[in-house]
Amino acid sequence: MSPSVTSSPLSVESLVVALEREAQTRGEGCGAVCSFVGVVRATHQGRSVTHLEYEAFAPLAEKTFALISGEAAEHFGGALVAIRHRVGRLQIGEASVVIAAAAAHRAEAFHACRYAIERVKQIAPVWKHEFFVDGHAWVEGAIADPADDEARRVALERACA
Amino acid sequence: MRVKVQLYARLRELAGGAEWTCDVPTGATVADVWRAIAADHPALAPFERSVSSARNEEFAKRTTAVADGDEVAFLPPVSGGA
Repeated sequence: MSPSVTSSPLSVESLVVALEREAQTRGEGCGAVCSFVGVVRATHQGRSVTHLEYEAFAPLAEKTFALISGEAAEHFGGALVAIRHRVGRLQIGEASVVIAAAAAHRAEAFHACRYAIERVKQIAPVWKHEFFVDGHAWVEGAIADPADDEARRVALERACA
Repeated sequence: MRVKVQLYARLRELAGGAEWTCDVPTGATVADVWRAIAADHPALAPFERSVSSARNEEFAKRTTAVADGDEVAFLPPVSGGA
């Protein structure tokens, strides 16, 4: 499949197709695929965004995505999860992240997909730099710690809300 | 011993570069490497409590021991996703 961290535009369609094909060969087979597309928004807290730049620690991000996929499989009946993150300069409306989750049944697919984006936001070594008409700012969210069980519990709770 | 230090995002901007080297004593930990790089670049100090770290492309703890030639990365709070 395509690399997890890329400066090229992301395609959720091809990710879904690839994941569904892979899921068909596993366990009970594939009964459901959910996808998530994170999109660059035109405003942030009332300020007009001109564009974004994403930076990643790519080798660690790849490993982190694999870790998240493993956690999702463990929690949600062996669900398969694929995560792709864009880096570099992104325009409004472009996809920054795409996630696909495939499982035998719909509940696991929905939950695994939501779980994956929550975990990406918590622990993936990726940073957003927002550019406004009148300035720019790094966005700093969670302190990345994959071993933090409380963060994992929160992600699980959100995934199943 | 000498370790390579990688800084990302705002830490990189504050230090004025992504790649550095630090000399630390034998038996040093990730926390010692942070103290060394923050001493060289005082602008990093405010991140003392919020920085994450990696050693040789694996997440590390502050107490993780480092060896000569290791690559230690410091990560400000993350903001990937949407």
